[in-house]
Amino acid sequence: MIVGSGEVRTESPKQPVISIRDLGFSYGESPVLEGVDLEVLDGEFVGLVGPNAGGKSTLLKLVLGLLEPQQGSIQVIGQTPRQAVRRVGYVPQFPTFPRDFPISVEQVVLTGRLGFGPMLGWYRSSDRTAARQALAEVEALDLARRRIGTLSGGQLQRVLLARALVAEPLILILDEPTANIDQRMEGDIFDLLARLNARLTILVVSHDIAFISGYVDRVACLNRTLVCHTTERVDGDLIHQLYGDNVRQVAHAGSGHGHAHNLGHQGH
Amino acid sequence: MQDFLQALGQHAFLQTALLAGLLASLGCGVIGTFVVVKRIAFMAGGIAHSVLGGMGAALYFGFDPLLGALAAAVLSALLIGLVRLAWNAQEDTLIGALWAIGMAIGILFIAKTPGYTTDLMSFLFGNILLVPRRELWFMAGLDLVLLVTVMLFYRQLLAVTFDEEFARLRGVPVAFFYLLLLCLVAVTVVLLIQVVGLILVIALLTLPAAIAGHYVHSLGGMMLIATLLGGVFTSAGLALSYGPDLPAGPTMILLAGSVYVVSAVLSRFLARRRARRRRLLTATGG
Repeated sequence: MIVGSGEVRTESPKQPVISIRDLGFSYGESPVLEGVDLEVLDGEFVGLVGPNAGGKSTLLKLVLGLLEPQQGSIQVIGQTPRQAVRRVGYVPQFPTFPRDFPISVEQVVLTGRLGFGPMLGWYRSSDRTAARQALAEVEALDLARRRIGTLSGGQLQRVLLARALVAEPLILILDEPTANIDQRMEGDIFDLLARLNARLTILVVSHDIAFISGYVDRVACLNRTLVCHTTERVDGDLIHQLYGDNVRQVAHAGSGHGHAHNLGHQGH
Repeated sequence: MQDFLQALGQHAFLQTALLAGLLASLGCGVIGTFVVVKRIAFMAGGIAHSVLGGMGAALYFGFDPLLGALAAAVLSALLIGLVRLAWNAQEDTLIGALWAIGMAIGILFIAKTPGYTTDLMSFLFGNILLVPRRELWFMAGLDLVLLVTVMLFYRQLLAVTFDEEFARLRGVPVAFFYLLLLCLVAVTVVLLIQVVGLILVIALLTLPAAIAGHYVHSLGGMMLIATLLGGVFTSAGLALSYGPDLPAGPTMILLAGSVYVVSAVLSRFLARRRARRRRLLTATGG
């Protein structure tokens, strides 16, 4: 695998697949990101948390090459984000298409194959096979013929995940994948991500630090700058630092709460 | 109707008119579907009206007005598209401006061209009965360009129409295909101007595809049904207008408009009944 110039950690043979150095970005006057340094290693499952408007989505857009850094640099698989984007699968927070569009689930997943094969002509049978495999992997093969507008929130999220997977990415980036679905589904989606982590590096954005800490190797907390970048336990101090004074420690129903304190013991 | 069929056998100009309508319906079905699902009807309207500038200029300088129309349509499609891609916000103002400026330019040129009156009316509202036979070849050529382009780049055009951001992430040159789509709309506008004139173009571009969208839920299916509907509307409009000697273009549009209204009501009614039946089934089924 091609990697960037980032140093190799002595504790681990793994190489960085995303390296962000001194990144700065602002919309007009107000800075959204300042001096962000972050490395995601090959095979890691990293959670990116932080308050709303803390710059999480902006950081993702920069990593995907949809925005250009105004300061600092980003390397993805040793390339610029734009060059690397074909090897990155992306699942947006909200669908960026009209829900009433006349298109079937299978066709939506097939659009993920656009980087493959010749520029001209129709999808090939290998594309269709890949689309069905991706749908099977997210347990949504039975939805293949359904119209996209008839899906529930959880079903749609699985289909968007399949659309990202069908491109055979090395890195999977998800922006609040469970923001619009109920809690039982949330666990299902993260169980699926944990399985995919066996072969993919995953970067997932969430506002729910307690919930995702049960799944991820490591949490990066972003509030304009990287407040923490930790493999240590998430405690009250950290949440305080990240979200400010008036945060109530909310008890989470379901599996999330129990995991809140056993975060990443891999050590640094 | 009997009269029309009899006359169709006798008069070459009617046969030409019928063929022109059928050739136009291919464009309105294939590209009209993109216009409807991408919601760029207003943009298509702007392109259609600005075409008068090109037609007027061509007439004044002694070219074929159709070539002027084609040049003006492609030019305004590129202008509108580039402004949207670059600034995103000002697009509707620009469309409105191009709409009016194009017409103003056209009217000035036509006013300075001797013997203009009949031309102006047929530019605005079309006169399918005056389509010369050689122009059928021009129309067929435009159809071929549309079909070949859509077939070669179907995946990219679909992706750009469906989800621009995702298409960009898959490495599709979104700006290029967006502009290509607008150019295809421009070509279709010129195709349809022959039949219904530039003011009524927008109806023939959107109504057949919108009606198709009431019943089928795939892009390809919409294209097929919209093309068939376009053929029915132009042919039936021509036939209905022949007996009472009505202008053909407006007759076609009124026919398409009525079918659209009936279909919108009917499809809503059917959807509601399906939903009720499904509720009943789930209630009795458990």
